[in-house]
Amino acid sequence: MSRTSTATSSRGKKKRPVNVATKKKKTTKKTAIHRSQQSPKLGLSNELLLKMHSLMVKSRVLEERLIKIYKTGDAYFWIGGPGEEAFGVALGLLAKKGRGPEYDYLHLHYRCTPTLVAMGMPMIDSIRLIMNKSTDRCTGGRNFSNHYCFPEWNVVPVSSPIEVQYTTAIGTAHVQRRTKSNGITIVTGGDAGSAEGDFASCLVWASRPANPLPMLITVQNNAWGISTSYEGQHGETTIADRGAAFNMRTRVINGNDPIESYKALEEEIYYIRRNQKPVVLEARLSRLFGHSSADGANRKQDQDCCIEIFEDQLLSAGLLKPADIQRVWSEYEAEGRAALEQVRGESAPQADSLWDHYYADGENGDWRKF
Amino acid sequence: MANMAQAIRLALHYGEQNLQVKDIFGEDVGMPLGGVFTATQGLDTTWNTPLDERGIIGMAMGIGLTGERCVAEIQFCDYIFNTIDLLKIAGNTLWVSHGNYNMPIVVMTPVGAGIRGSVYHSHSFDAWATRLPGWKVVMPSTPLDAYGLLISAIKDPNPVLFLKPKALLRVRGEELLPGEPTSEKTLKKMIDAPIGDRSKWKAQWPEMEELDISIGQGKITREGDQATVVTYGRHVAMCNKVADDLASEGKRVEVIDLRSLYPYDWQMVKASIQKTGKVLFVNEDTEVTNFGEHLAYRTTSELFYELYAKPRVLAGLNLPGIGLHANLEENSVPQVKNIRKEIDELLAEVP
Ligand SMILES: Cc1ncc(C[n+]2csc(CCOP(=O)(O)OP(=O)(O)O)c2C)c(N)n1
Ligand SMILES: [Mg+2]
Repeated sequence: MSRTSTATSSRGKKKRPVNVATKKKKTTKKTAIHRSQQSPKLGLSNELLLKMHSLMVKSRVLEERLIKIYKTGDAYFWIGGPGEEAFGVALGLLAKKGRGPEYDYLHLHYRCTPTLVAMGMPMIDSIRLIMNKSTDRCTGGRNFSNHYCFPEWNVVPVSSPIEVQYTTAIGTAHVQRRTKSNGITIVTGGDAGSAEGDFASCLVWASRPANPLPMLITVQNNAWGISTSYEGQHGETTIADRGAAFNMRTRVINGNDPIESYKALEEEIYYIRRNQKPVVLEARLSRLFGHSSADGANRKQDQDCCIEIFEDQLLSAGLLKPADIQRVWSEYEAEGRAALEQVRGESAPQADSLWDHYYADGENGDWRKF
Repeated sequence: MANMAQAIRLALHYGEQNLQVKDIFGEDVGMPLGGVFTATQGLDTTWNTPLDERGIIGMAMGIGLTGERCVAEIQFCDYIFNTIDLLKIAGNTLWVSHGNYNMPIVVMTPVGAGIRGSVYHSHSFDAWATRLPGWKVVMPSTPLDAYGLLISAIKDPNPVLFLKPKALLRVRGEELLPGEPTSEKTLKKMIDAPIGDRSKWKAQWPEMEELDISIGQGKITREGDQATVVTYGRHVAMCNKVADDLASEGKRVEVIDLRSLYPYDWQMVKASIQKTGKVLFVNEDTEVTNFGEHLAYRTTSELFYELYAKPRVLAGLNLPGIGLHANLEENSVPQVKNIRKEIDELLAEVP
């Protein structure tokens, strides 16, 4: 799970169709790099490309750390988003971060560590969550890994029932529509979950003719729902096509490509803010460590790794050297290790906290005390 | 006097005017109908939703996450069942987020039998509702209580389920709501939509005042010291009637209208049982895993040595539905005669 093992994994064996071919062209240009320059080949500023790379690595290192924490017996369960960094980081960078309807609301699922890392979540928050410490500010040790909640960034609680976030998301979007700010609602989920009625509910409510909602409805399509493959369950050509039936703008992108993801998300988010209308965006991407710790959390060799592909591009464009890459990975490794050391010593939630936050403002909810 | 549907409307109007309610929504809740029981006619912030109960609850939850106040309606509780997992999430949002997000929403839905509603307009939801930790659950039995409890529900920072006993929605109260005009006719003229074209009609709202009925407070509707009956919703009037009939025979039965199912007024129930030593819990939800059973269990475990008789629960039969024919409905859920029989037996018991 270290950088070395990732680097030596087999590449390029594409086992499933990804709509847009990954770029394989190599360039050998080796001029001096100015961070603010636009990379002519890659179409984004050098600074942004390097930032995205750094955040993708940070998220991957964090997820691999979480998996190690699980495997060493320091956590009961792991589920997370390694392999979905290209899309997730781009999304996190583009979200308008803040509290209240003027900012974007994020109704996320459990594969969104990359998005939160890009928004600025320190590694330690995620480690406290997976280790269910009392210091876990998302759930107080009550919920699984990657079930984030950050009210200061409008990140509403991630919950385990698949797809329910698509139904609650319409409510924050409704308030934003009324507020007439340019804050939008972003909802993410998996491909298999789109079979739930909540996905249809979201499409219906987001597209009512007189009341279109400012929503980015995304599907992170990794082509699996635990052990069930996408091919056997979906009669629709793309999941995004379902939006077309509601006269929504739709788009399918290669979610393994951070540049394509960034540009597409930037365009779609701009469209939503400007027009106050919904968009369905489906990102095709990889599930790099299987579903969760329940199926082993081991690196899958048949899946494309978005970071490897991106690093090849950055190396070819001369934006990074192998040593730079090595340094980025090891710096984050060190941060993850230090965070783990700190969290290990932190306290566990105690039984006397069980009834805390049953009702707001400390009101008692225990019937024994009525 | 206002009927319960009018009282609900007046409370919602009060909420729009004074408590920042910005959305009142559900199937057919907006004009021209104003709700299948007319409880939302003429209000400023009502709107009609798609026919999608999960969407309605999700919409309410999303609004709640922003901190804004809303009231959502499920047209009949018979159709709330496909939202149960969302209701569970609404109930656990504050807890699971360790205090990060409140869920200040009100969901109202008509419940119970009594209008010949057949299999799918007669369900009860009180037993289910009390199995949704994190929610507060209220059920009024009079227009005045409906008015006060709904205002409290709107003000509450927690999710509140407001169960409307549908058989009582057209029943007039015996007390004026604060601000209600004294003449029924005047009130009707002011706030009931006319038959026919309503496109130009606007309600004329009386200047309503706040009424504080705290969630969690029961009410003694009949005083007595020989037996206690604890009930809520449409069975309050039935239990009162039995108590009145018995009073004329010199028997003194105390009736408690619980009003709030969770949190519930245990102190009131407990004090009454300690006085009478005998208790009957009455409601119309199905009898197996019934909320009355919880109360009876608590009575047994906390007050066992103060009892003169076993605690009783009278509830709906554990049938798959309420049959349409009067003979079927009336023999499925408690009626006055069944309540009378239980109380007679209770009074007759000698320890
Ligand atoms: C309503 C519901 N049903 C079943 C599950 C169990 N479950 C957890 S994840 C999952 C598969 C989800 O697949 P997908 O939506 O494609 O998301 P992915 O995990 O692939 O990102 C299932 C069935 C659940 N959490 N919620
Ligand atoms: Mg999937």
